[in-house]
Amino acid sequence: MSIKDLFQKKRKYATIPSQKAKRDIPEGLMTKCVRCGTILVSKELEKNLKVCSSCGYHFKLNAWERIRITMDDGRLFEYDSDMISVDPLGFPGYADKLEQQAEKSGLKDAVVTGEGTIGGFPVVVAVMSFDFFSGSMGSVVGEKITRAIEQASRKRYPLVIFSTSGGARMQESILSLMQMAKTSAELARFHEQGGLYISVLTDPTLGGVTASFASLGDLILAEPGAIVGFAGRIVIEQTIRQKLPDNFQTAEFNLRHGQIDKVVHRKDMRAMLAKILELHMVREGGASHGR
Amino acid sequence: MAGELPFQKPLAELRAKIEELKRFGEEKQIDFSDEIARLEERCRKLESEIYASLTAAQKMQLARHASRPTALDYIQYIFKDFIELHGDRAFRDDLAIVGGIARLNGVPVTVVGHQKGKDTKDNIARNFGMPHPEGLRKGLRLMRQADKFRRPIITFIDTPGAYPGGAAEERGQAEAIARNLLEMSAFRVPIVCVVIGEGGSGGALALGVGNRVLMLEHAIYSVISPNGAASILWKDASRADEAAEAMKITAADLMRLGVIDEIVPEPKGGAHCDPERQAETLRDAIWRHLEQLLRLDEEQLRKDRYEKFRRMGQFTFIQYEEVDA
Repeated sequence: MSIKDLFQKKRKYATIPSQKAKRDIPEGLMTKCVRCGTILVSKELEKNLKVCSSCGYHFKLNAWERIRITMDDGRLFEYDSDMISVDPLGFPGYADKLEQQAEKSGLKDAVVTGEGTIGGFPVVVAVMSFDFFSGSMGSVVGEKITRAIEQASRKRYPLVIFSTSGGARMQESILSLMQMAKTSAELARFHEQGGLYISVLTDPTLGGVTASFASLGDLILAEPGAIVGFAGRIVIEQTIRQKLPDNFQTAEFNLRHGQIDKVVHRKDMRAMLAKILELHMVREGGASHGR
Repeated sequence: MAGELPFQKPLAELRAKIEELKRFGEEKQIDFSDEIARLEERCRKLESEIYASLTAAQKMQLARHASRPTALDYIQYIFKDFIELHGDRAFRDDLAIVGGIARLNGVPVTVVGHQKGKDTKDNIARNFGMPHPEGLRKGLRLMRQADKFRRPIITFIDTPGAYPGGAAEERGQAEAIARNLLEMSAFRVPIVCVVIGEGGSGGALALGVGNRVLMLEHAIYSVISPNGAASILWKDASRADEAAEAMKITAADLMRLGVIDEIVPEPKGGAHCDPERQAETLRDAIWRHLEQLLRLDEEQLRKDRYEKFRRMGQFTFIQYEEVDA
């Protein structure tokens, strides 16, 4: 027996294991906040643009939810809506997984592109969706983004890309990697023409997407709390054999380290985009493409 | 031989047997020359067979071989008047990236590459060839300089990947890669890239946007290291060999996928068995491509590079069935 055992703390009250505290939530009617655990009425949450009224956590939006709250009248003229992935490497399980992901998300791949207006200003937009294959970038994502940039160049419209991605899609290996070069090369042309590109980073944006078009905006905005980085937290922790702080790679962390311009709350995003677009107007009328 | 790989074992055994027979013959004054010739012939055949049918996983071992020639080795052999330059002018000199000015067949060029270490101490200093953002920015600074003085750019790719660390994230690892991709695509000078060992992910591509991309016969190039892919896909890093096969990481695979322009043959046993000869073969290949590119003007060079990458990727469109009215 050691001395420590003599002074064992006696509990003054009983603690209830948190497991039992979990309330049953009726399917669909209520939603539990992923961050603070508050039970939210789904309809209210929807009205609040899927932001937790208690802690401000920004729930993930899929591409069409994002388009609905961003574009004027929630409308988008979609480009390349029938482009789909193939299985170029014959990667085990990829073809099946593509089908599952399409069924689960109702999308054909991880990005929706098109044109519309924000605050009356015509723009080309690309909106990524995490619910399709973790927003991973394969040939289709790369090609659709590249074509959207081409359209913006041709029409001299500003470009807005909402990113969210786990990174490059491993199942297309080297072809996924090459999409990083392809989209960046197209952006080089767009920027040379004087085009305005606003990159909006949403939770999470990682890997090959951050390491290509998502980091190449004239302005880079991010939603509060969004995780943004190159390598994932677990990979880094394994590499450096250290625990990382809780706020590591958050939008706020990236702001402090000079990697992004501004953290913008979801309810203010539309107005912020419109304001930036307006500030880039040229005298001839219409949104600026520079010059 | 030191650093012998598992698949090289039968060869090593056969060679040992030949040596033994030679020694025995000398000792006992017996003429075994017929047997020795026969065994040597078998050895050559076996060698050809082994190296012609290496699996992706075996190539991965060769590509990562401790004595595989590094960027600085090739630079010494291939170029003349090499002057190494240092630093990104913002943070520090990242030794995982090397570069400078040199001459190739009399033409001034800029050379940039990932640099792995030669021993443990060197590897720690060079972070095993894994650049931080300042390393990629050092490379970019040298390439911008090349663009300014209209020098062709030659890059040597050999990295497990950009370093995944906390400080690297704070300083914008992702932005550094992205910036390199954007700017390399727009330079007005010829760019020839060679994957000499491991082409790992964005850290490799950050030196890889060239008019021509060549690969040594046993080099590998992929979106993520096979070990990383296995741990993400199957939560099991030990299945790296399987991931290596599935991801199509060999030079022959990438040639088929239209990602690279030429496979540069390696000496039997791999580049480390005869670095000097390897360097000669490589010099010839680089020069052959550079000569062609030197005939193009600035705009043609930019267009050529843009179009090369614009074509990459495979996709299709949904075929809607026609409905009879």
